Amino acid sequence: MNAGGAVERVFRQESGRVLAALIRGLGDFDRAEEALQEALVLALERWPRDGVPDNPAAWLTTAARNRAIDRLRREAKRDDKEAALVLPAESAPAGDDRLRLIFTCCHPALGLETQVALTLRTLAGLTTAEVTHAFLVPEATMAQRLVRAKRKIRVAGIPYQVPPDHQLPERLGAVLKVVYLVFNEGYNASSGAEVVRADLCAEAVRLARLLVALMPDEPEALGLLGLLLLVDARRPARTGPALVLLPDQDRTRWDTTLIAEGATLVRTALRRGRPGPYQLQAAIAAVHDEAPSHDTTDWAQIAGLYAELARLEPSPVVQLNRAVAVSFVAAAGPAAALALVDAVAADLDRSHLLHSTRADLLRRLGRTAEAAVAYRRAIDLAGTTAERAFLHSRLTAL
Amino acid sequence: MQYLLLIYGGREDNAPAADEAAIKEMMREYDAFTAMINESGEMQGGNALQDTDTATTVRVRGDETLVTDGPFAETKEVLGGYYLVDCKDLDRAIEVASRIPDVRNGSIEIRPILDLSDRR
Repeated sequence: MNAGGAVERVFRQESGRVLAALIRGLGDFDRAEEALQEALVLALERWPRDGVPDNPAAWLTTAARNRAIDRLRREAKRDDKEAALVLPAESAPAGDDRLRLIFTCCHPALGLETQVALTLRTLAGLTTAEVTHAFLVPEATMAQRLVRAKRKIRVAGIPYQVPPDHQLPERLGAVLKVVYLVFNEGYNASSGAEVVRADLCAEAVRLARLLVALMPDEPEALGLLGLLLLVDARRPARTGPALVLLPDQDRTRWDTTLIAEGATLVRTALRRGRPGPYQLQAAIAAVHDEAPSHDTTDWAQIAGLYAELARLEPSPVVQLNRAVAVSFVAAAGPAAALALVDAVAADLDRSHLLHSTRADLLRRLGRTAEAAVAYRRAIDLAGTTAERAFLHSRLTAL
Repeated sequence: MQYLLLIYGGREDNAPAADEAAIKEMMREYDAFTAMINESGEMQGGNALQDTDTATTVRVRGDETLVTDGPFAETKEVLGGYYLVDCKDLDRAIEVASRIPDVRNGSIEIRPILDLSDRR
């Protein structure tokens, strides 16, 4: 086995865990990152020679900790500070440090984009360059944003802890949202030539799995993982030379293993009797994924789930999706759906999704001229080349 | 009469740091000013603040506590007073801030105090 590659793989897998433990021990993000970096250099030198240790995470933690202690000693000597040296604690506390880390990274006192960047950098172990790629901003801007975030954590006293029970529902929401945003940015890349950024989807699934492992009793964490798996299962059929939307997808290309796992997660979560937005979205995805074809989909059930979702979390986008489901329910149809869409048209006027949905409903109602106007507006607002190409093909087919 | 004097620093947060000598000179002038109002008996208290990059703003609307990054008060909100509190971490400071009555109409900005003891 290629030892350099093995080090890299283990490092990618374990760095979040190791970093989380080091931050607790050292009480400082920068010192912890520095120490981890030094431990990696040492691993790259030792492991190819001595073999990968049985417990690589423990090895890395110990090595990093020793490097950090050396550095603290040197600094204490240089600054001539007497015994002000606090050595990192050895004892392992209850619970997983990674949970402390993700709640700290997703603290509401940090901006949302900063939360996402910091989570990808520290917990998922992405390099600053990789995080930069995810956001499509200059690397210097991202580096500056991360420096500022770590400084704020330190200076403003953002605690390194899992919030107490009375704050947990609100704070957990922020954590789940960050993971959801990472996935969404991967699945519907908002800009650039790629429609799907597989790397970001994979990171989001990895983070969601971690949340479920750390908080197995939180139905919304189960719901989020279920949702991501059920949507990700369709990825092979979604992109070809061009974007392929749900009705036109070749369902034999869907990943049945992911669907089975996702559907099981949704059922487990819903049995807890505490439904939430992620569980409902996952249930909707499961109905889609388990239908043999677009026409045989249980649209009435999907429309019902959307109505429940709109009740829990009223938003124009949810109404738009509900309208699409309603348009396929035999007893309702595109005319009833168009009324729902028009009710949120003002809120979503800047979104290409509103106009492409309206266009499609108008097309199905035989109102071709109005459909063409709506398609053109959608094309103007669409962010990626693939989306524009798709809408163009619809427009010319009218 | 009691007055709160608000210091609006001339330096942008992102401007390059002033050099060591300039900081020392500034500190010396502040020490002199502090000594002056101490001697006159007018000094009630005061602190330097960390920069706005470290600020957090809290609002309560209905049942919801809204926490945001930064000092972004709306322009119709004007500074109406201040409390100086010593809390164990930012979460506790947010909890305390969310109970100040004006948090329901306006907002409370939380700024960490700058420890100047290292700079002398």
